[in-house]
Amino acid sequence: MPLAREESSPLFAGTAAGTLRLIFYLALAMVLMVLDHRNGWLWRLRYATSIVVEPVYRLASLPADGFHALGVAFADRRLLTEQNQRLREDLLLANAKLNRMAAVAEQNQRLKELLDTQHSLELHVQMARVIGVDMGAYRHRMMINLGARDGIKAGQPVIDARGVVGQIVDVLPNSAEVMLVTDPDHAVPVMIQRTGLRTIAYGSRNGQQLSLPNIPMAADVQAGDKLLTSGLGGRFPQGFPVGEVISVGPSATGMFLEAHAEPTADLDRADEVLVLHDLPEPAGPPPPVTPAGPPASEAPAPASTAALPRATPTTPASPAKPATVAQPAGTPST
Amino acid sequence: MSRQRLSFWWFVGTLIAALMLMLVPLPHVLEAFKPYWPALVLLYWALESGEQRVTLGLAFIFGLCSDLLTGVLLGEQALRLCVLAFIALRFRSRLRFFPMWQQTLAVLALLVNDRFLLLVVRAFAGESTPPALWWASPFVSAALWPFLFLLLDDLRMRLRLQ
Repeated sequence: MPLAREESSPLFAGTAAGTLRLIFYLALAMVLMVLDHRNGWLWRLRYATSIVVEPVYRLASLPADGFHALGVAFADRRLLTEQNQRLREDLLLANAKLNRMAAVAEQNQRLKELLDTQHSLELHVQMARVIGVDMGAYRHRMMINLGARDGIKAGQPVIDARGVVGQIVDVLPNSAEVMLVTDPDHAVPVMIQRTGLRTIAYGSRNGQQLSLPNIPMAADVQAGDKLLTSGLGGRFPQGFPVGEVISVGPSATGMFLEAHAEPTADLDRADEVLVLHDLPEPAGPPPPVTPAGPPASEAPAPASTAALPRATPTTPASPAKPATVAQPAGTPST
Repeated sequence: MSRQRLSFWWFVGTLIAALMLMLVPLPHVLEAFKPYWPALVLLYWALESGEQRVTLGLAFIFGLCSDLLTGVLLGEQALRLCVLAFIALRFRSRLRFFPMWQQTLAVLALLVNDRFLLLVVRAFAGESTPPALWWASPFVSAALWPFLFLLLDDLRMRLRLQ
């Protein structure tokens, strides 16, 4: 008996071979982590193994879907009636607003045409269902059921009925991962609706909030101010609600004001979200000029192709900026 | 022969179930208290069958699978589960004969250590430090440990599996 014990599991000291094996595996894991961190191998591997990974996600989301279905099946009739009533009222209100907006939108369109800008108020969206999979606590991620096969690309903004949810960070063939606006690594260029002040909203380190850490001391920001996307940065189109300021105070350094905001989108309870397909107007400086090719024989062909795409983005870009900022001043002059 | 195969599939099945449980979402309020299922199930098998089943290689592969599913950082959970399996296997002969409350405390220590490892890995990856509630998970896992252990042990006895 003691012999057997010594062979299989020593009571106190382990063997050197076991420790060596541990060191080997730890080193392997570290190499993998560094490679993945540098090159994003994991997603390539995930894309390759999506045949296995995606069904697992669907399977894991079954309990959540089941609970949802049960909730609907056993919901009180009164509750459903109330919900129905509320939705109908919302729809009525939204339609009324839309009807009023239609005339304004048309006028806006005409004025924009006069100003020769390309900005449109139409939305090109794709509806996506949220897959109920837990990607880890405090990870601020969600999976949706659209992927590369539906034309989804990394970087597309995701919104819901109330505001910006986040953006797509990684795409699998039939699903995609969305980074929420509350992620500490996420930043949205925003504009305060009341004053037009432009700043950046980061995800907050503690919980489901947004933080705006660098507002100038003299700026006028109050609790209750609404934040809209400013359209700068070229990722989120202009004018979508992002959050509402709940508190303003001096930041830790004392050089800026720091505001905290509540995201307007229903991040916890979203079942369906919209993936935006249209990109914001190209704002900011024009793309860098391609260096003039030295070989004289090939000069005409690249020069003409390089000039064409450069000319097209600059024409909407340059009038677009003054048009949004100085529209009232611009209209009398024309 | 078939019983041996059955017990092998039972072993694999519990591991897969642990991965599934890791992915199943909880209501939003309880999200922070979610136990780390893969570690618990791996610990059970490490204590129960020892080196015959749970080797460091298995812990590594199992961790890679769960990395692939959660999509955090390839190798992160592989590293954590390797360390966990190593310590559990090293002290297996003592841990097995501890009374349940002592075993639970040992599991708690292992899981807190695991969180520290995760914190170090995250710091190197440049992620932000999580809030205080993030530390609740090992305690919930440890509180669940006696029940999980007894349940799995009872099922194993009933099914007369190895």
